[in-house]
Amino acid sequence: MSEVEKRHVVTLEINGVRRNAEVEPRKLLVHLIREDFGLTGTHVGCDTSQCGACTVELDGQAIKSCTVLAVMADGASITTIEGVSPVASRLDAVQTAFHEHHALQCGFCTPGMVMSVRQLLRDHPDANEDDIRHGIAGNICRCTGYHNIVRAVESLVAKD
Amino acid sequence: MNAPLPPYVGQPVKRREDFKFLTGKGRYVDDIKLPGMLYMAIARSPHAHAIIKNVDLGPARASPGVRLVLAGKDLDGRIGPIVPNWIIPGSRVPFRPVIAIDRVRFVGECVALVVAETLAQAYDAVDLIDVEYGVLPAVTDETAAIRDDAPQLHENVAGNVTTIYRVRGGDYAKAAQEADQVIQLRIANNRLIPTCMETRSVIAAPDPDDTLTVYMPSQVPHMHRRWIAETVGIPEHRLRVVAPDIGGGFGAKMHLYPEELLCPYLARELGVPVKWWESRSESHQSTSHGRAHTETIEVAIRNDGTILGMKVDTLGNVGAYLSNMATGGPTVNTVNFGTGNYKIANYEATSRIVVTNTVPVDAYRGYGRPEGAYIAERAIDAVARHLNIDQVEIRRKNFIQRTDFPYRPYGSMGTIYDTGNYDGLLEKALAAFDYEARCTEREALRRHGIYRGIGVAAYTHMCGMAPSRRLAMSGFDRGGWESARVAIDSSGRATVYSGSMSQGHGHVTSLSQIAADVLQIPIENIDVIQGDTRQVQAGHGTFNSRSMAVGGSSLHVCSQQIVAKAKKIAAGMLEVDEKDVAYSAGQFSVPGTDITPLSFAKVARMAYVGHKLPDGVAPGLDETVFYDPTGMSAPSGVHLAYVEVDPETGIVTILDYVAVDDVGTLINPMLAQGQIHGGVVQGIAQALYEEVSYDPDSGQLLTGSLLDYAVPRAEHVPNITSLFQETPSPTNPIGVKGIGESGSIAAPPCMVHAVLDALAPFGITHLDMPLTPPRIWAAVQRARNGANQ
Repeated sequence: MSEVEKRHVVTLEINGVRRNAEVEPRKLLVHLIREDFGLTGTHVGCDTSQCGACTVELDGQAIKSCTVLAVMADGASITTIEGVSPVASRLDAVQTAFHEHHALQCGFCTPGMVMSVRQLLRDHPDANEDDIRHGIAGNICRCTGYHNIVRAVESLVAKD
Repeated sequence: MNAPLPPYVGQPVKRREDFKFLTGKGRYVDDIKLPGMLYMAIARSPHAHAIIKNVDLGPARASPGVRLVLAGKDLDGRIGPIVPNWIIPGSRVPFRPVIAIDRVRFVGECVALVVAETLAQAYDAVDLIDVEYGVLPAVTDETAAIRDDAPQLHENVAGNVTTIYRVRGGDYAKAAQEADQVIQLRIANNRLIPTCMETRSVIAAPDPDDTLTVYMPSQVPHMHRRWIAETVGIPEHRLRVVAPDIGGGFGAKMHLYPEELLCPYLARELGVPVKWWESRSESHQSTSHGRAHTETIEVAIRNDGTILGMKVDTLGNVGAYLSNMATGGPTVNTVNFGTGNYKIANYEATSRIVVTNTVPVDAYRGYGRPEGAYIAERAIDAVARHLNIDQVEIRRKNFIQRTDFPYRPYGSMGTIYDTGNYDGLLEKALAAFDYEARCTEREALRRHGIYRGIGVAAYTHMCGMAPSRRLAMSGFDRGGWESARVAIDSSGRATVYSGSMSQGHGHVTSLSQIAADVLQIPIENIDVIQGDTRQVQAGHGTFNSRSMAVGGSSLHVCSQQIVAKAKKIAAGMLEVDEKDVAYSAGQFSVPGTDITPLSFAKVARMAYVGHKLPDGVAPGLDETVFYDPTGMSAPSGVHLAYVEVDPETGIVTILDYVAVDDVGTLINPMLAQGQIHGGVVQGIAQALYEEVSYDPDSGQLLTGSLLDYAVPRAEHVPNITSLFQETPSPTNPIGVKGIGESGSIAAPPCMVHAVLDALAPFGITHLDMPLTPPRIWAAVQRARNGANQ
């Protein structure tokens, strides 16, 4: 068996649940999340780490999960969009703000965008508009023109 | 939060579909995994133009996990060819196999396929396919492709021109003779990549009963069912197309692509589900591009700013083959609208459709109307600049007037603007923008070496293609109607089945608003089903800003039929004459009597138990309507932009953007504003950032990934003030006009005018999009060097 085909066991905590999987060394974290764990809320929108649709939290830090090999996430704690809200039937504050401000249309970029906004608010709890636009610059949205996403984030800043 | 109360139409009702998307429960095609599913990957041509000398599939066939490897000749005669759906009469249609057989004509064209157990194995095997090519000279630019010595793409397309289309009204030659001056300009409409955030993906799955289900992000599920059935050779009723949640379409997901034919063919051959998923870089060379025009324009004017006539010559680059609607875009959709919002009696336009060694070009948000508006607006702005007339004044002077509607530009038979009030739009936009103050500020800052500019653009167009018989005249193999079914259950709740297809538009919300107002039931009691040809009776889908005007109207009429039947049943239950029954606030009553009113739910229950139905009234409360509009609606708008240009770096900063749009009756102003925001930003992207580049010699795609193709991010775009003026359309029962394409039509000329206005002190009167910093900087340098000489 070549090195490429050799399998590695990866154990990690995802949305509070301990999971493991056998993976090829070339497998990306995003594919582990989507294919092995069936958490399809994390999306693949490009192949050059430009779009941010695959953004998740790794040990509390937002990252693009296409930039991390699955084997590198061994032992990590991951939060995906499915684990954002403490109550599965309800939206959390960021998700609620997106709904209230019509900050999503097709919804494809939305999970990654929500993960980036959570990071932005942790880094800049008093973010102004420039901070917000810069903070979500790693996530491409093709539908909203960003206007309402910025409004949604502003509403979260204003509440704090 | 309290639930909204009727009437719902006109209210910013929050989206009912948001929850699933916000929690990661949206279901896109790539999220679907079926037992036993195999994966297809495509080997694509690395050459723009070449003879296929030999294809060696042996090593790929021996690769781990591989089940099947095929080249074009293996499919020759079995499936295909791919034929366009809109063929302008007189067009020459080149032969397009599903997979190239003996010659490739663009970088990215399919040359072979692999089916394997995993996607990674399929990709690995694709790398082992060895194709021997004999490289031919390539041509990528439309102006180069029509030269006598240009490489020829297709034997039956002499000179690389498939179609010549002419429009004329009045007498342009006479107008040019009578004019004080004739000004000329040449403009390019840059090639774009639609860039839906969800790339294309297809799964074809054989069902045990000898039917085939195809999951794909289709804007037009029923049309895809017909096209796939006809091209692969499957009885249409045995084919089910399911379009689940779609991650944006913008026109790119309404054509017929090779992969949409290959997966169904392979699934039937292999007897298992076959999936294809398009990577982003693959998408750049396999999903249709947009725009790609060159226009030369003449404007015959009087020195007071009166426009006597206009002449337009369009070259539309459609890539290597005629995609689904390719002959219609640069022709009917573009040059018919070349006079814009202005009274120009004498008009003459010729459009030529040109094939080149590039990715096929087809509909992208506005398809032809952005190009048409760009012709009209760049022309009127050039007139204003040339005569030193204020850009607002020149428009006021030439606008079609409110009393002129319905208006047929240049006496056209087919182009009709139903309603409009352009002066009203302009005044509202100027007020919101504080135009006079901005003009003063611009002048003051110029004296300090700060270069600000104001851009103005007006637009109108026609959308909601209809009626069906008119589509036949222009060469369409489709109709213009839309269908709706409203099925009331025995509790009085409704399920709406609509042939329209949301790709992020929010149809669950907007369509249920329309139905709820007619049915007079709470919006929560209405479900909306789209995107499944086995559930939805028929349809044309969503494109051309048609969903509310055509799909919404069909639902409105269908809901009225439900109420009409329910009234008959209520009359029987109340033992009164039907004409004495009134329906309001969800109650059937007999005004002027003390008869206890009946709720909608009670009548629905009677419809299904059938115990007490009037003679001649069948049980059930379930209606279907096929609605063919009498005409098309003509939205319009005026947009204003304020920019600052740094002449030392060429960087454009957008300071303000105001959009005032007339889209008729608003169903949901929140969703409408969302459409404007998104469309405007796509238009700004065309004006400032995005352009597909090909190497002119090799024909290589240089913008092959999102690393090279500049889709704007939040930092690159402004806040947008979106306001409306409602002039109801008389062409449909709910008075709506299309909205989805407005922003991407208006924003490109608006932004270009703003930048040119900022650069006016340098004497710069023209730049082609995208107005990137290097392009602006170079123009400023040229202007300064010229001034120093």
